[in-house]
Amino acid sequence: MTAGHLLAAGQAESTGASVTFWVLAVISVAAGIGMILARRAVHCAVLLAVVMLSLAILYAVAGAPFLAFVQIIVYTGAVLMLFLFVLMIVGVSSKDSMRETIPGQRLAAGVAAIALLVLLSLIIGHAAIGPAAPGGPRYGVSNVRGLATLIFTRYVFPFEVTAALLITAALGAMVLAHRERATPKPTQRELSQQRVAGSHPTPLPGPGVYARHNAVDFPALLPDGSPSELSVNPIIAERVWEGEPGRVPLPPGGAEPLPPGNAESAATADRDAGPESADAASVSTGRAGTEPGEARP
Amino acid sequence: MSPSHFVALAVILFVIGAVGVLVRRNALVIFMCVELMLNAVNLAFVAFARQHANLDGQVIAFFVMVVAAAEVVVGLAILMTIFRARRSASVDEANLLKY
Repeated sequence: MTAGHLLAAGQAESTGASVTFWVLAVISVAAGIGMILARRAVHCAVLLAVVMLSLAILYAVAGAPFLAFVQIIVYTGAVLMLFLFVLMIVGVSSKDSMRETIPGQRLAAGVAAIALLVLLSLIIGHAAIGPAAPGGPRYGVSNVRGLATLIFTRYVFPFEVTAALLITAALGAMVLAHRERATPKPTQRELSQQRVAGSHPTPLPGPGVYARHNAVDFPALLPDGSPSELSVNPIIAERVWEGEPGRVPLPPGGAEPLPPGNAESAATADRDAGPESADAASVSTGRAGTEPGEARP
Repeated sequence: MSPSHFVALAVILFVIGAVGVLVRRNALVIFMCVELMLNAVNLAFVAFARQHANLDGQVIAFFVMVVAAAEVVVGLAILMTIFRARRSASVDEANLLKY
């Protein structure tokens, strides 16, 4: 940024834009580097959200307010949420293995990155990009109107093709994500027969819910005061035991151990796939932060 | 603010995304790095649109966003299908076509 350009563009506005740019540039580059270094995919997604939000503000600074809002709504709102949904299904706690499977791959990647950086820098250095055109500040005033005029006149055919692309993408996602049933869906009659044939024909008792905790990992109390182990979902009990040993929901030896066949029939009705519901269960147990024996009579 | 600064930032972000695509093993993280590269290119488009005081660059950036959204939808659906079959999101696991 030359001094003449500073004087021409107006001291205060340009200084504010410079400060915004430098702050956001540092933030976005740091978040981008952190994204390729973070081991957990969730941390990568959060850092990518930081990069996208900084870029949205940079668009607004560069005279593209419409694109700034589209960036926030489409990227940060839709695309990143989609990423997070898939992360929840694939497994939030899955860590990337940092082991090199191809020997020398990181070194080669680093060399390629430096080469790419040098190449792009040389290209941009030779391009001699000047200051913004004198009409620069003016075109941002009616940004949305100008974009609409362009999209619906000169770019109307690409716009229509975009609609076809979006429909195709939605159809493709539906076809790819659809799962064929390997077995025919059990009828109500077969379900009731399975239930009677099992060892626990009645509905299982619900979890104990106290006034101070909405805790599904707390067992219900039987009439004689002993906790009922059947009232806690076995997935939740397993998760709590393995995750936080300080919050064991069932007192040791408090109830009869669950027979293995019963544990299977307890959750077959609403559990068809393992990791999805297991993740959902771990999410719900994460909210129930209670001390052991705090609200237990 | 000169547009060359914006282009320089776009170059840096693009290279970071490229390194991520080359280095990471998780297919989801690779997708995120591709998104970062698309965002960097969008920033360059916006910077050049500002330099020439011409809205065409912004229109192209808008179309890039739409195409990126469609790409993410289909890519994540493919990833879900692979995960359902292989129980893994690592790119090292999906090697059935290798031999």
